[in-house]
Amino acid sequence: MYNFEFEKPTTVADAVAALGGDDAQALGGGQTLIPTLKQRLNQPGKLVSLTGISEMNGVSVDGGVVTVGAATCHADVEAGAGAYPALAALAGQIGDPAVRNRGTVGGSLANNDPAACYPSAALGSGATIVTNTREIAADDYFQGMFSTALEEGEIITAVKFPIPDCASYQKFLQPASRFALTGVFVAKYGDNVRVAVTGASEEGVFRWAEAEAALSANFAPEAIDGLSVSADGMVGDIHGTPAYRAHLVGVMTKRAVAAAH
Amino acid sequence: MFNSAIGKDFDYREEFMTQVSMTVNGQAASGDVEGRTLLSTFLRETLGLTGAHVGCDTSQCGACVVHVDGKAVKSCTMLAQEAAGATVDTIEGQANADGSLNVIQQAFQDHHGLQCGFCTPGMVMSAAALLKENPKPTEAEVRHYLEGNLCRCTGYHNIVKAIMAASGQDAEAIAAE
Repeated sequence: MYNFEFEKPTTVADAVAALGGDDAQALGGGQTLIPTLKQRLNQPGKLVSLTGISEMNGVSVDGGVVTVGAATCHADVEAGAGAYPALAALAGQIGDPAVRNRGTVGGSLANNDPAACYPSAALGSGATIVTNTREIAADDYFQGMFSTALEEGEIITAVKFPIPDCASYQKFLQPASRFALTGVFVAKYGDNVRVAVTGASEEGVFRWAEAEAALSANFAPEAIDGLSVSADGMVGDIHGTPAYRAHLVGVMTKRAVAAAH
Repeated sequence: MFNSAIGKDFDYREEFMTQVSMTVNGQAASGDVEGRTLLSTFLRETLGLTGAHVGCDTSQCGACVVHVDGKAVKSCTMLAQEAAGATVDTIEGQANADGSLNVIQQAFQDHHGLQCGFCTPGMVMSAAALLKENPKPTEAEVRHYLEGNLCRCTGYHNIVKAIMAASGQDAEAIAAE
C-alpha cells in the first residue's frame, strides 16, 4: 500500500473541507477501499475517514421513511431498520459479521460495485441519496459499474428509504467473495412494484421494467412466467456465464415475490 | 537529520508519522504509525502482540479478528489511526486473570477445536463476539456466524462443538456431517 495522510473529522463541514485537496478521497468502513489500496490500484494522497461524524451515524424512522446515516455500519442497519424488514435482512447478508461491523451504507453506494447488495435496495426502494449539497433520486444516481452521480468531493450523508407495503431481497451468494452472484430486490408500493437487480449486468444495478409491469398488474411469482432478460451485457466469469446470470434474474425475482408476501 | 539524496534536512518520522493511543487488553498503548499502517500491523509489529494472525491480508480469512469497542473486526482491514482512542481486545487478553484458559479457549482444547492453530485466534475472538450477542446460539447460528473465519485444516466441526460447549450446551449432540 502506498502511504497517504489520514484525517478523521467530526463534522460534515470539516470533512468537505478536508476533501478539498486534489488527491483526497473519502473513507467509509474501508472494507473495499483498503483491499483496493493494498493492490495499489488506487493512490490517494489523503484519506478522510467519515466514521467519526456522529451526524452521519444511526437509523431513524419518520413518516414512512427509514433514514440511514451514510456512516452507519451494516450491523447497525440490520439491528436498527426493523421498520423496513427487507432492508434489515439485506444488511445482515453482506459479507460476514466482522465486515458488517465496519462496512457502511454510504461506502457501498459511493463505490457502486456491480455485485454489491445495497444498490439494489436503494434502486428497488426508489430511495433518495442525500449528500452535503443536494438530494439525488436513486433512478438518477447509479450510472454504470463503479460510476455514480456524485461530484468530486461530494459526500453521501444519508439515504432515505420509503417503507414499502412489502419487499424482499433474494441473494444468490457467490460464496468466496460473499457478494451477490445475482441478487434481486422487489418492493411493492401500492399498485407500483419495483424490481432492482444486482450482480448480473456489466452496467451494475438495473431495474427490470418488464417484471415491474407484470408484477404491478399481478403481484405473484407466476406473473414472471414467460419473461426473461437477455444475456447480452450480463457478467460472465468463472462463477457463472452471462446466460446463467440472466436465468438467475428470473429465478431470484420469483423467489423475492414469493418471500415478500 | 541531513539527507544527502535530497540535499536537505528530512525526518521521516516527523514528516509521515502520527502517534496513536488506544487501550489494548486493558492497558494504555501508543506508538507512531503512518497513514497506511493497518491495525494488525500496529498490534503485531509495534506492540509485539502477534496473536492476531495475518492469513490472507484480503479480509477473507478472519485469522486477524480482534474486538474494537466490543465489536469483532478484521484488523488487517482497518487503519490503525481509525482505532485511535478505542478499546481493543486481542487473543492475548482472553485468558483468565490467573493465566488459566477462559471458557471458550478451554472448550477449544477440550473438543480439539484446532489442528494447525493458525486460524484459532480469530475463531476464538469471533466466538467471543457471538456468545456476547447470542449466549445460546443454535448450531446453525454458530456456523453462520463463522462465515468470515476460514480454517484451512477444515476443522470446522470441532470448532462448532467447542463453541456449543462454551455456551453451556451439549456439544456431543452435534452429529458429524
